Amino acid sequence: MVDLKTTYLGLNLKNPLVASASPLSERVESARQLEQAGASAIVMYSLFEEQIVRESLAMNQFLEQGTESYAEALSYFSQVGRYSIGPERYLEQVKQLKDAVAIPIIASLNGISRGRWIEYAQRIENSGADALELNLYFVPTDPNEPAGEIEDGLIDLVGSVRKAIAIPLAVKISPYFTSLPQFAQRLADAGANGLVLFNRFYQPDIDLNELEVTPSLSLSEQNEIRLPLRWIAILSDQVSADFALTSGVRTGEDIIKAMMVGAKVAMTASELLRHGPLRVSEILAEVAAWMEEHDYDSIVQMQGSMSQNSVMNPGEFERANYMKVLSSYSYLP
Amino acid sequence: MKRELTTIDGNQAVASVAFRLNEVIAIYPITPSSAMGEWADEWAAAGQKNIWGTTPLVQEMQSEGGAAGAVHGALQAGALTTTFTASQGLLLMIPNMYKIAGELTPTVFHVAARSLATQGLSIFGDHSDVMAARSTGFGMLASNSVQEAMDFALISQSASLKTRLPFLHFFDGFRTSHEVAKVEMIDDAALAAMIDRELVRTHRRRRLSPDLPTLRGTAQNPDVYFQARETINSYINATPELVKKEMETFGKLTGRQYRLFDYSGAPDAERVIVMMGSGAESAEETLARLVSEGEKVGLVKVRLFRPFSVEHLQEALPRSTKAIAVLDRTKEPGATGEPLYMDVVTALSEMQSSGESPFNVAPRVVGGRYGLSSKEFTPGMVKAVYDELVKASPRNHFTVGILDDVTHTSLEFDANYSTEDPETVRAVFFGLGSDGTVGANKNSIKIIGEETENYAQGYFVYDSKKSGSVTESHLRFGPRPIRSTYLIQKANFVACHQFNFLERINMLKLAEPGGVFLLNSPFGPDEVWDELPRSVQGQILDKKLRFYVVDGAAVAEEAGMGQRINTILQACFFAISGVLTRDEAIAQIKHTIEKTYSKRGQAVVDANFAAVDLALAHLHQVKVPATATSLLEMIQGLPAGAPDFVRDVLGPMIARAGDDLPVSAMPADGVYPTGTTQWEKRNIALEIPVWDPEVCIQCGKCVFVCPHAVIREKIFPQTVLNGAPESFKTSAARWKEFPDYLYTLQVSPEDCTGCALCVEACPAKNKSQVGLKAINMADQPPLRKQESVNWEYFLSLPELDRTSINVANLKNSQLLQPLFEFSGACAGCGETPYLKLLSQLYGDRAIIANATGCSSIYGGNLPTTPWAKNADGRGPAWANSLFEDNAEFGLGMRLTLDKQIEMAHEMLAQFEGQVGGELVAAILGADQSDEAGIQEQRNRIEKLRKALAKVKDERAQDLIELADVLVKKSLWIVGGDGWAYDIGFGGLDHVLASGRDVNILVLDTEVYSNTGGQASKSTPRAATAKFAANGKNQAKKDIGLMAMSYGNVYVARIAMGGSDTQTLKAFIEAESYPGVSLILAYSHCIAHGIDMRKGLEQQRLAVETGFWPLYRNDPRLAAEGKNPMQLDSKAPSLSLEKYAYNETRYRMLLQSNPERAEELMDAAQNDVNKRWEHYTGLAGLHVDGYDTAKKTD
Repeated sequence: MVDLKTTYLGLNLKNPLVASASPLSERVESARQLEQAGASAIVMYSLFEEQIVRESLAMNQFLEQGTESYAEALSYFSQVGRYSIGPERYLEQVKQLKDAVAIPIIASLNGISRGRWIEYAQRIENSGADALELNLYFVPTDPNEPAGEIEDGLIDLVGSVRKAIAIPLAVKISPYFTSLPQFAQRLADAGANGLVLFNRFYQPDIDLNELEVTPSLSLSEQNEIRLPLRWIAILSDQVSADFALTSGVRTGEDIIKAMMVGAKVAMTASELLRHGPLRVSEILAEVAAWMEEHDYDSIVQMQGSMSQNSVMNPGEFERANYMKVLSSYSYLP
Repeated sequence: MKRELTTIDGNQAVASVAFRLNEVIAIYPITPSSAMGEWADEWAAAGQKNIWGTTPLVQEMQSEGGAAGAVHGALQAGALTTTFTASQGLLLMIPNMYKIAGELTPTVFHVAARSLATQGLSIFGDHSDVMAARSTGFGMLASNSVQEAMDFALISQSASLKTRLPFLHFFDGFRTSHEVAKVEMIDDAALAAMIDRELVRTHRRRRLSPDLPTLRGTAQNPDVYFQARETINSYINATPELVKKEMETFGKLTGRQYRLFDYSGAPDAERVIVMMGSGAESAEETLARLVSEGEKVGLVKVRLFRPFSVEHLQEALPRSTKAIAVLDRTKEPGATGEPLYMDVVTALSEMQSSGESPFNVAPRVVGGRYGLSSKEFTPGMVKAVYDELVKASPRNHFTVGILDDVTHTSLEFDANYSTEDPETVRAVFFGLGSDGTVGANKNSIKIIGEETENYAQGYFVYDSKKSGSVTESHLRFGPRPIRSTYLIQKANFVACHQFNFLERINMLKLAEPGGVFLLNSPFGPDEVWDELPRSVQGQILDKKLRFYVVDGAAVAEEAGMGQRINTILQACFFAISGVLTRDEAIAQIKHTIEKTYSKRGQAVVDANFAAVDLALAHLHQVKVPATATSLLEMIQGLPAGAPDFVRDVLGPMIARAGDDLPVSAMPADGVYPTGTTQWEKRNIALEIPVWDPEVCIQCGKCVFVCPHAVIREKIFPQTVLNGAPESFKTSAARWKEFPDYLYTLQVSPEDCTGCALCVEACPAKNKSQVGLKAINMADQPPLRKQESVNWEYFLSLPELDRTSINVANLKNSQLLQPLFEFSGACAGCGETPYLKLLSQLYGDRAIIANATGCSSIYGGNLPTTPWAKNADGRGPAWANSLFEDNAEFGLGMRLTLDKQIEMAHEMLAQFEGQVGGELVAAILGADQSDEAGIQEQRNRIEKLRKALAKVKDERAQDLIELADVLVKKSLWIVGGDGWAYDIGFGGLDHVLASGRDVNILVLDTEVYSNTGGQASKSTPRAATAKFAANGKNQAKKDIGLMAMSYGNVYVARIAMGGSDTQTLKAFIEAESYPGVSLILAYSHCIAHGIDMRKGLEQQRLAVETGFWPLYRNDPRLAAEGKNPMQLDSKAPSLSLEKYAYNETRYRMLLQSNPERAEELMDAAQNDVNKRWEHYTGLAGLHVDGYDTAKKTD
């Protein structure tokens, strides 16, 4: 039997396949299925600070709308409802998942301002999450805002969250940084125990019939794995953090590749959404089969075996490789 | 007893006692009592307990009649049971009240007393309703203030158990039910001490039980009914003493001692007023002043009105009494006097005749009416009554508070007479409904009441308009108890929360010299002076007012509060008034904010906190110049050209001076002219749509959806375009039939509410900038003048000849003049576009029976009505009877029309010789199925009348009078779902079965919108509503299917935002169908908790999710052997959630109870699926051997 165990953020995991944020982690039922199929940990869907704020302001507006102005209808909704708008539902979900499964639950928090975010992080910790993944989702649009200021702000934020909680902290980032290695290092220095590469942005599309911008998120494709593969290969030797590879993980081989470039875990959601939670066991079987076929004893053994420093030709992960790829296309029919 | 002081309104005070003392509560919403039921329902939903440790079972019924029936049954089965109601609601309970009283069953009905609908409906307070119930055998107790309302809620309950008489406990609608005052709560221990548990068990023991079977409700014969009726006497006779004892027990428990007749005033009073209700508080305040000035005056407050105790009245009246004025807050036309007056006269007469009179000389007694429909009852009026009693022959049957210049009943009074306590702070705030002023003031008065030693009172004047409504908040607080049950007449603090009010409301007339004026102003302390109307400047100078400004809008913007300036102005009020230190005030305001908003999320709390923190930095005292220099004048009167009646009668009402109108100004029979909203330029839109002719495709959709008929289009020959204002826009008309015509689209800037539904409906996008459409919202103020001129010019352009187009085409239909315009409905209302369409298609020959509800309010609330007339003077004739009877009311109109048509036909035959056989044949055989046919028939009728005029015969005159009915009338029965699904369903069902040619339009908002969103049987599963706080777990009633089951009813289910063409088709088919037609119109509503500008989008989603399938069921097709059922929408393509969770009514449950929300949503989805399956089944049925392929589209 091959040994699939790995560690991530200080958590001992039975294998490197982590179910990443998706509707599957929203329901206790499907979380149980993921666990039964062999997932080693579950990253929950994100708690969006922005969403809470908007929900809160919107509901307030609609509850107030038209009230106290017309004599027969001074309000339109019950005044004594026990509803609450805030992170409560999410926190409750953390608790329920913790109760339902034995594998670690990594909560996820998405936001860009300070203040409430830190409070939410603490409350997530109090709800029993094993670790927290911060999702730094940010699209800069202001031409007057220097890159340095944005990065400083993000580092500051990570530092504040780190100080506020005791559980392990991972940070999920986008690839759009001029000097990703330095930024990654700064994140680690600020207290990130792990880095999750990469965030997939919702990309807007255009509806030509309605002449409207439509947000869309397609499930990730296999070739998307290459971007994080490269960067984990480059960073894993140099930055003192656990790396998680996400995007484009569809098969056992993808997991192997992730491990080889130095990731501690590989995360997948799209593949599980396509084929259901049971796909986890198939992927794990593929991993084990490959390892047996190629005489690998353990995952740990292969982790980082193909990082930039470990390969024969480190330039393969750099720009030279780009030119090679382009020229190779010219031979295609 | 522990003294727990709190600041609440009368409804809550009563409900808090009634809830804790009962086991079953049957409710039905009616203003102003609805809040009592709402409180009970909410407390029950939250699991709160009564004093015996169980949560009362609260049941909403389908009508007050139903509630009374349920109460009767619950009582017979042995539960402590109560209900709350008012006005017509109480009238609907009367049959059961006789039964309940006749059966000696203890219960209490709590009534927020309200006017009855007579020459007009009124939601406001008087005793017309309770007086109509005075012969039922119920005991009747009156309370006069918020504290008393709570106290008498308890006393009436304990008295009822003691006496076995059911009790009607009443207090004045609005003045007491809605006044917020500082009161001492009655704790559970005191409640328990007052209620004898053995009596509760005795009541329970009398229950219907098969273990001890009994029979009730016998039918009795002449031999014994009379004697049996007299058995009640001993109970009645014993009641006054028993109630007195209960009052004494209550006094011992609480320190508040009441008597059956409470006297106050000079011990040697010679002039005494006898009255009951909140007006007695004003009287007592006035009396105190007069007595202190040495006047020998007194007041008897009647507590126990039924049974009326002559003995106890005699005890209460001072022996020195020489003259008595009995004041009734009701009118009993034709009686020898109003009820209380009659009782007092009889009592004194009986004292006299029995030789037991304590008076040496029998006092002279006069009666008077005051305060109908919450008419103010002020110290000036009280004094006028006392002054009248000085006269040797005081006027009897007088009125006070109005000017009766017809039968001269009214007493003159001094409007400036004031008994306000100078130590009481009096503050008046003018706000806009949407700015949160009232809510903030309710919080302020609560803070003052609960955090200081002050007594506190808040009273609020609302609007009958649902958009752009003006509110007034009247706050009093001070070191002494406040009995001023009238609006503040002299304020030492006046706040104007909307700058543009200054041009139309003379609010500084209320300001006392040396007072404060706080203005929310976009202009700073250095600029504001020149922006004020001259009269405002003058009053600030004359009265030496301290003048402050704050830019609330800027602060709100900065704090993320949108239009809500409430907490900003609240902070300023506290800062200026100094009732608390600034720090303490801010701490208290924040505490209240936290309490009010924390469950809505921290973001809301944060925004309000920020607003409070920013407010004071933006508050500035204005250095007032020495002279008034402004060239601006306040708007006076109505626009030029208003008809005399509109100018002289409606004008003052619009200008908030309706109180000054004399009796002679009022139509005696309640008949008012239509087409009057056009004179009430409300100017409430912040933004209005602006047309871009380049982008426009002239589809008419914006005109179609406009709820207020403020965006209109016309096509006209180029030749008529003379003298158009420079900015008036036109483009070439895209109508094949009118090749050289011009097209224009125009907005009325001062009638628009700025809802933006038109922009949402516009399908044309600017190809260079897709964010822009063919109409786009823009700031109104810079456009107001120019577009007003353009609007006037637009109106002067000729209307298109109705006979020249096919109106069944959507684009054409919108060229028809709307005869429903500028209503006071909510901005973006989902109901009014349907009514406007009705008015466009059939308005010039429509008769409308309108159920009470939103549509009767925006349709018929004075001063103005949106139902309008065309240039020929034709337009919808509209009437509202009641809530419950509208279907029958409309059917009655149809019966008359049918009879009159028959009579006209009969007479036509008689005069065939004189008017010509050809004309008669043409009239009788007229095809009136289209506009041309209608016009031709009108021409024939004109000819007929001319011909008949020459005939010397009485019957010819009759036919001239009736001939109009020969032009086809379009009869519409209109109402909401509360009417159609609940209270009026029995009648509706009967009308559906009548086969008569009526059209029924149900404006389905799925809740009682007009009374604030209570659940009806139309409320869908999974939605929350008042009375369904935990989400309704019952599918919406399918009234369409029920109607279809008759086989001869045309039924259409429509949603304008789902399909405008299907909507149009349904109206046309319904009108053309020669039998009963029922249209169920999806109406998005503010009570759904949506962004109203997305109302049409929600309609679309309702259709696409299958929540609201569109169909038309036309029995004519069955007659042709085709399937009558035509489904007009596609199979559901989205899950129900995609529609539902855009609405607060569904989302609230998701926030409060996600598991239940999920469960109910699954069930609701199942409802949708099953309904769709059922409908597709119906639409696919083979009919009489024809297959469905043959059905028409």
